[in-house]
Amino acid sequence: MNEYKELTWQGLWDNNPALVQLLGLCPLLAVTASVTNALGLGLATLFVLIGSNVTVSLVRSFVPQEIRIPVFVMVIATFVTVIQLLMNAYVFELYQSLGIFIPLIVTNCAIIGRAEAYASKNPWQKAAFDGLMMGVGFALVLMLLGAIREIIGNGTLFDGAELLLGDWAAQLRIELFTVDYPLLLAILPPGAFIGMGFIIALKNRIDAIKAERAEKKTVTRARVTAQQ
Amino acid sequence: MSFKIASSPHGHSQHSTSSMMRWVCYALVPGVLIQSYFFGFGVWFQIILAVTTALIAESACIIARDRPAMSALRDNTALVTAILLAISIPPLAPWWIIVIGTLFAIVVVKHVYGGMGQNLFNPAMAGYVLLLVSFPVQMTNWLPPSTIGEHSLTLWQTLHTILFEYTPAGYSVEQLRAGIDGVTMATPLDAIKTGLTQGFTLTEVYAKPQFSFLAGAGWQWVNLGFLIGGLLLIQQRIISWHIPVGLIAGLCVPAFFAYLFAPDLMAGPVVHALSGATMLGAFFIATDPVSAATSNRGRVIFGVLIGLLVFIIRSWGGYPDGVAFAVLLANMCVPIIDRYTRPTVYGHGERK
Repeated sequence: MNEYKELTWQGLWDNNPALVQLLGLCPLLAVTASVTNALGLGLATLFVLIGSNVTVSLVRSFVPQEIRIPVFVMVIATFVTVIQLLMNAYVFELYQSLGIFIPLIVTNCAIIGRAEAYASKNPWQKAAFDGLMMGVGFALVLMLLGAIREIIGNGTLFDGAELLLGDWAAQLRIELFTVDYPLLLAILPPGAFIGMGFIIALKNRIDAIKAERAEKKTVTRARVTAQQ
Repeated sequence: MSFKIASSPHGHSQHSTSSMMRWVCYALVPGVLIQSYFFGFGVWFQIILAVTTALIAESACIIARDRPAMSALRDNTALVTAILLAISIPPLAPWWIIVIGTLFAIVVVKHVYGGMGQNLFNPAMAGYVLLLVSFPVQMTNWLPPSTIGEHSLTLWQTLHTILFEYTPAGYSVEQLRAGIDGVTMATPLDAIKTGLTQGFTLTEVYAKPQFSFLAGAGWQWVNLGFLIGGLLLIQQRIISWHIPVGLIAGLCVPAFFAYLFAPDLMAGPVVHALSGATMLGAFFIATDPVSAATSNRGRVIFGVLIGLLVFIIRSWGGYPDGVAFAVLLANMCVPIIDRYTRPTVYGHGERK
């Protein structure tokens, strides 16, 4: 069970694909103009990541080392095609608003990175769990960035959630404030870079404070021993 | 960039940062006076708002970063950033425009990158671009110069418009911009851009009332005012001539040849030099000692690059003026310019 705990921690925080590995930034920055878009792409990536991790892990002993990358890419592309057709069928409006970024999940380095670094060396249960945690970590960062940009740029949260989750989700829409002139920059691409920079800075700051605390504890103990 | 990569000899000018920045403020005076003559008292309110915001934001950042507050405030860099931003925006822009822009310039562009001397980008121009991209309507609401405009505002009317977006009589800035025929009067560069896209020739565009004998009415004098201030800065050795000369050459030489080829489709060098933010940009903005190139050869390249970019943006870009974008783009090139223009040390091989 310990390894699963470790995988959770790695995926969500220590080795978060978006905040630490800085992988998959292209879709991350391009689609996070609203929480709904972010959640849609986050779920799609999560699905592809779990599917590709499991498959890669299952076939790992049959794939020659030399051609593993093309094989991984084809596995990933298969799952992306599946999710693309599913989204086209069931959440058509979201499919349209995400546009090219759904097929582009194939090129998301976070996915091939996990296939190469973890799934191709571990049994499928662990690979599936790793895919789940990495995917959730990625999706959470997407949603956080989407929320920040949507609040600053539009004053709302979960605008258009019904496109993804069905008609009941129209009630999720929160109107935080209305301004005559929204800060368009937050919705535009530079806002994504600036927002992402601040989120990474915040994470590093939290890590620094934690490291500082851990250090302090040892120092206190040492001093007590010295006085005795 | 940082002082570390400046090569020897390290001649020491007799100016401290604080006195340099004070001189920049003095040199801005003629341009600002002319601007307030043609465009109303608004610019003074904008300067007051910007300076207040900048000093508060600077103090807050300094305190949050545990640095000595007084020495940072006394170096006047925040002051210059605030004034440059305040005179770049339309004088009747609502108060929150300048407050947001200044906060962004000081907190994000300056202090997040490490404070004075560390910022990659010119804070005033980064703030300007944030505002221009986010609030295009407010940021292009320039009144026609008072000599040809239908409305001139008193001190109280100006203040009321900045605070509440309407004059006491209830006119919006949009309405104030209209001439006697009810048609909104665009800035000269904007008139050139829209005129050309609508298929007019420049001869026809220049016949409009907002053009005078050299370039745009009012604007030409504002630019000449900043030119005088800039020459004062060069004379005082606050700035070197390399960046302004490079910038004006980079803008005017291509403009001259374009003008020779298509005099009715491309604005001439004089129009370019005396329109928009050319002179303010050349002498006050591009010469920011922190975000500009450091060696003299590098400065010339840096200036020419900005001038070229301004020419390209004005001629074919989506915006009528492009000084702010050009400065930011050139700021990004500074590390590579500095890398390749580093002077060779005496006796250490030949320049490659």
